[in-house]
Amino acid sequence: MAILEIKNISKVFEDNLVVDNISLNINQKEFFTLLGPSGCGKTTLLRMIAGFTKPDSGIILLDGIDITNLPPEKRPLHTIFQSYALFPHMTVFDNIAFPLKMAKWNKSKLIEQVEELLEDVQLTKFAHRYPHELSGGQKQRVAIARSLVDRPRILLLDEPLSALDARLREHMHVELVKLQEETGVTFIYVTHDQSEALALSSRIAVMNLGKVEQLDTPQDVYSKPETYFVADFLGKCNLLSAEVLAINHNIITLKVADILEFDLIIDEVENIIVGQKGWYSIRPEKVKAKRQDPDDEDLFSVKATVKGYYYYGDGTLYEFLLANGTKIQSMLSNNKATQASFFNDNSDVIIAFEPESGNFLVR
Amino acid sequence: MSYNLFKLTEKRILSTPPIIYLVVLFLIPTLIMIFIAFREPGEYGGVAPLIQHIGKSVTKINLTFDSFKFALTSEFIWQLCLRSVKYSLITTFCCLMLGYPLASLIAKSQKKHRDVLLLLVIIPFWSCFLIRIYAWMIILGPQSGVSHIINVIIGLFGYQPANLLYSSFAVIVCLVYINLPFMVLPLYANLEKHDEAIIEASRDLGATRLQSFLQITIPLSLPGILAGSALVFIPSIGMFVVPELVGNNCSLMIGNLIKQQFLQTMNWPLGSVTAIIMTLIVLGISLLVGSIARRTGGLKYATK
Repeated sequence: MAILEIKNISKVFEDNLVVDNISLNINQKEFFTLLGPSGCGKTTLLRMIAGFTKPDSGIILLDGIDITNLPPEKRPLHTIFQSYALFPHMTVFDNIAFPLKMAKWNKSKLIEQVEELLEDVQLTKFAHRYPHELSGGQKQRVAIARSLVDRPRILLLDEPLSALDARLREHMHVELVKLQEETGVTFIYVTHDQSEALALSSRIAVMNLGKVEQLDTPQDVYSKPETYFVADFLGKCNLLSAEVLAINHNIITLKVADILEFDLIIDEVENIIVGQKGWYSIRPEKVKAKRQDPDDEDLFSVKATVKGYYYYGDGTLYEFLLANGTKIQSMLSNNKATQASFFNDNSDVIIAFEPESGNFLVR
Repeated sequence: MSYNLFKLTEKRILSTPPIIYLVVLFLIPTLIMIFIAFREPGEYGGVAPLIQHIGKSVTKINLTFDSFKFALTSEFIWQLCLRSVKYSLITTFCCLMLGYPLASLIAKSQKKHRDVLLLLVIIPFWSCFLIRIYAWMIILGPQSGVSHIINVIIGLFGYQPANLLYSSFAVIVCLVYINLPFMVLPLYANLEKHDEAIIEASRDLGATRLQSFLQITIPLSLPGILAGSALVFIPSIGMFVVPELVGNNCSLMIGNLIKQQFLQTMNWPLGSVTAIIMTLIVLGISLLVGSIARRTGGLKYATK
């Protein structure tokens, strides 16, 4: 059931269409992520949900009630800011108690509730410290406790982890998912970090230039990108120019990078015509590389030469060149005691992949 | 080690001129003033000689508490002190009420407009203080349009025409006018640093615009309020030019009395005592405000 419905929301800033006619439904108890590069309108959309910015057109419904023109304090949802925005003149306790004081809770219930939250985020010992006496991770936890203390309907998170170092960030990923499951509060999470989005979300809306490019589960967004932008923005991706040569039921024959030709089974053929130009996208980890032809019928294989590699520890990313100079990347997992395959620069290899592990993207 | 030593020596050398300046022009005159307070007044101003020879072997040392006794028991002096404190408090309050919205407006305006707005606040300093007071004498004078309009308005309610100039009203107006920039500048410096996200967070967590202002903005700007208030209150209390030019007999302040004692009545010791009393009042009020601010935690954020 949709808890939040966004209908045809647009926003213009100084002649820039920052949010362009976006419609979204966000479900109850969902971990929903708005993912996109800076300037894609994701933060503006979040601020419109929170009530800090008024949309130029469109409406926002919360539990079926129009909240488009409600001031932020009247909306039963809270925001966690990138800078945490703790009140520097209040102790941790008073920071967390602030929403309850505003809602005029009675004193004993308030103390009880705040103490429970302090315990939840393991900050009981720090209750009487001031924000400037806390570390980044502790500040983060105070911000979370403060936003959850009065059990809002929705929690909005605006790149909350970007100020933390990598280790702490990963730790917070686990904490956030746990917290979301425990409290059952719907999370709307804004980030430009695709790995964060994939790891945390139940659904991701990938945004670009004020529009939602694709709205799907993390698995589908990653493995079945629908547009060039989505394929390119999430993770590494080989994007090769492609043209449709023939269509036979749900099988299309593609000419890729001018020299490869193979069949691809696809779900929808309706908006594809013969001669259609586009891209064939395939993730580097789906591309295998061998010294000899693997001789597997399901695999499409082609000769290439090694151009170079990047060693990542858990994997090695090779760059291969096809006969006509087209570049293809392949991520080979380092899952053997010794490195499985090591290719010297300029040596000849066979690269192979299942056509269905990639996607045809219409231009 | 040697670098630190160098830094220390450097600091000492650089701080010598201001220290000499303060000692010569502030500390020594203050000590002289305190010393004079215990002397006897001279016949034509100044002070009587410290050691007086009467006859051959009788010498008299002219040190006395008389001026203190007189000042502390004089109802007139206390009245002036009280009035000075009252005027300064009213001035500080008016400056705060006028200065806060102005400083907040400048702090919130776009960066390219801020410099211009700040310049407009500072521009009055470009002309002489006295000339600006004379300008106010014209504005508040009986012939001026302002006087005329105000008198027409109060006439509608059946009041007699009032004389705006030479009144305590004029004194307060000019004190506020002169001191307003000293309130606006520190407030601006404080408000400009406020993080907009903190205000938004308070609204987001359920505070109305007013609650957010009272519970977040005001406490966070307390250091600016205190600095501005001190910069307005302290010069106001010793002001003597303004009451002399635009005030009347009933709006004289402590500064006028001090000036009178030195230049007209020629009673230097009493003048010194009055000056000491004024200094102590300012010191007392500053300490009181400071301790209240510390106790309410307002300065905790400022010391961060």
